[in-house]
Amino acid sequence: MNGYNFAYLDEQTKRMIRRAILKAIAIPGHQVPFASREMPLPYGWGTGGIQVTASILGSHDVLKVIDQGADDTTNAVSIRRFFARTAGVRTTTRTEDATVIQTRHRIPETTLTARQILVYQVPQPEPLYRLEPSRAEGRRMHGLAEYGAMHVKLYEDIARYGQVAISYDYPVMVNHRYLTSPSPIPAFDNPKLHRMPALQLFGAGREKRIYAIPPYTDVRSLDFEDHPFRPHRAQAACALCGARGSYLDEVIIDDRGGRMFVCSDTDYCAGRRAAGHVGTEGAAA
Amino acid sequence: MAYVAVKGGEQAIAAAHAWRAEARRGDPAVSKLEPAQIEGQLGRAVERVMAEGSLYDRGLAALAIAQAEGDLIEAAFLLRAYRTTLPRFGVSLPLDTTAMAIQRRISAVFKDLPGGQVLGPTTDYTHRLIDFALPAQDLPPAAPMAEPDPAPMPRVADLLAAEGLIRPDPADAGEPADLTRAPPALPLPRAARLQGLARGDEGFLLGMGYSTQRGYGGSHPFAGEIRMGAVSVEIIPDELGFAIDIGDVVLTECQMVNQFHGTKTEPARFTTGYGLAFGQADRRAMSMALVDRALQAGDLGEDVTAPAQDAEFVLSHADNIEATGFVEHLKLPHYVDFQSEIEAVRRLHAQARAHAEAEAAE
Amino acid sequence: MMLAPDLPGFADPVADAQATFRAVLDAMARPGTIHAVAPGLDAPAPLDPATAALLLTLVDPDTPLWVEPALAPARDWIAFHCGALLVAVPEAASFLLATVLPPLDTLRRGSDEAPEEGASVILQLSALGEGTRFRLDGPGLAAPASFAAAGLGAGFVAAWHANRAGFPRGVDLLLGCDTRIAALPRSVAVDQI
Repeated sequence: MNGYNFAYLDEQTKRMIRRAILKAIAIPGHQVPFASREMPLPYGWGTGGIQVTASILGSHDVLKVIDQGADDTTNAVSIRRFFARTAGVRTTTRTEDATVIQTRHRIPETTLTARQILVYQVPQPEPLYRLEPSRAEGRRMHGLAEYGAMHVKLYEDIARYGQVAISYDYPVMVNHRYLTSPSPIPAFDNPKLHRMPALQLFGAGREKRIYAIPPYTDVRSLDFEDHPFRPHRAQAACALCGARGSYLDEVIIDDRGGRMFVCSDTDYCAGRRAAGHVGTEGAAA
Repeated sequence: MAYVAVKGGEQAIAAAHAWRAEARRGDPAVSKLEPAQIEGQLGRAVERVMAEGSLYDRGLAALAIAQAEGDLIEAAFLLRAYRTTLPRFGVSLPLDTTAMAIQRRISAVFKDLPGGQVLGPTTDYTHRLIDFALPAQDLPPAAPMAEPDPAPMPRVADLLAAEGLIRPDPADAGEPADLTRAPPALPLPRAARLQGLARGDEGFLLGMGYSTQRGYGGSHPFAGEIRMGAVSVEIIPDELGFAIDIGDVVLTECQMVNQFHGTKTEPARFTTGYGLAFGQADRRAMSMALVDRALQAGDLGEDVTAPAQDAEFVLSHADNIEATGFVEHLKLPHYVDFQSEIEAVRRLHAQARAHAEAEAAE
Repeated sequence: MMLAPDLPGFADPVADAQATFRAVLDAMARPGTIHAVAPGLDAPAPLDPATAALLLTLVDPDTPLWVEPALAPARDWIAFHCGALLVAVPEAASFLLATVLPPLDTLRRGSDEAPEEGASVILQLSALGEGTRFRLDGPGLAAPASFAAAGLGAGFVAAWHANRAGFPRGVDLLLGCDTRIAALPRSVAVDQI
């Protein structure tokens, strides 16, 4: 794109973000403040993820962008086009082919490898913010690893509902030290965070924080011995590919209560159909 | 029926943008609005966009307003996103507003003062009646002219300070913070707070300032002085080693004078709140000064009880670019999270039903 | 007034910095793994190309840098190409450039609330991939891994234990030798084999 640097950001900004990323990796799960820049996309629409991606991306990379697990949602299309335009990188929808995957709200179903980097868009990096809105106080609590309030909250859920009532953005302990927001992924995805071979980077633009989970790092979803963490999904099979282990979107098909379930990960679903798997509503590809 | 997955659709996005662009142009029979017209005739809008966009460029702000169809927050956002890509060539010396080429200077705390009261261009004393003759009027009658008064115009706060009646601002150590270059470290020093306020949303500043007048952290403000005019900007290039003038910016500066009851160790004195805004922007500069004074409560040992006194609260929510992005991001798809919520609610329902049935069976 | 030094920086400042950063990123994310950088960078003596590439990639006017006196001949090059703010005492530095590891407990280690303010040491080694053998374990490693280097110094393992005991406060190491780099983030456990 004329008049702009490779991947939009100027080099000094990239260096600043790159330094923050390295510190984030050295202190897994700790939110590193960074001087987030205004991007040409609004805050809350992935500015943190975009700045992280812009700082790591090179001309040899192959980029995949998903939102809600899908490559063709409006925001994913917009961000993919942004990088195709400002960095001229190759883009893909195939999880296996990507070297960098930027995501909002999902972790792909396909197991990621050591040569991939997963970049999360994070609206609210502070896992304590509903319990303690002051970020200054939250920072103090992280410094002291003082997470009793979060355990109390989960325990209250169990006392009241018989289970933890958090279904997404379910807090995790990273490397046994930092309470961390996994971003608003469904709790179903939480187990994928644990000892993932790929490097995971988290960018929160508006809140000006970057954090990371290095490869093969222990990530535990908060739970209690008598109430272990359980990932949930709709009790159904994908209507297109028949998958029973993937996270499903519910699609309302009429105004008489009719509904069907389809894979949220569009690439995973397409791959299964290409391999001959067929659901009740799908035709073999 | 074979279900076809919904496609976000690059075509749909392109069509939506094209529709907006067409709507922006309005009736093609009416001549197109030129940025030069906006720059010249919608000056207050241009100045607000420059302030909230943190970039002093009248022409660019006018273009952004045209592109944003007059949505000033969107225009400020366009300016900020452009500003982000500009390399930093240098840092200016502190502006000297004492040496301002004054167009307007008023004080509410003295009837008269050295340099006098200068009303400058204003509508303050007009009756707010819609002027139905305005569309037919081409040029307004010429305003009377006078030679500028060469007498120095000391700032009111400095006059009071000379008498020891104003609590001096504690000297800030070192270079002032820059929120655009370094993440804000809480608690914010005053320089960082002022920068955050200077970029803040005018409506938010107005509301917070107003709240202090209604008893939420009030400190009995007087408009010590409001001055508006051009100030020269100087930098010291590395290769020269001395200051050079690189141009003028027009600013409005407000110093509020507030009561301070003193503490056990300090006598009662006046304190000041400071406001500075691009262009002619009394409302903005005054609101900022009120909030700046309220945010000094902690430093002055006053009780911090009101929203306007809570620096973390004020500064985290003053930026309308951040705020509008996050509020409006709710229209992005959230169906994955919503799905997990539906599943959770269904589980809780099923559990409650099973519980009720078990009780009924007993 | 500053004069341009004889040797240039990166031939392609954008692409070379990105490629070097990705190597550093991988090195930090996978402690002890060795990565090639800086093909063709003409480094000023006594810097190795790898060390010079690390500086060009990470250091700039926002990062106070301390340079070991033995590396003083490269100071002008660093000042010109990085625009680095050179500081006289190690405690003031966010980056340190050295061939002998400074006592880690004299460096910035951050605070419990802001551990990211701990310093990064760019250490130029005499060998990477051979020399003293260490066992590494921690985040980034699927299983304990071995790592060999020469030039970390005799008391390194003890110093590193002390560094790691203060986690999350601490210092991170970026290692360069010839045209290769590796990294030891503060989270990694190091023991001599």
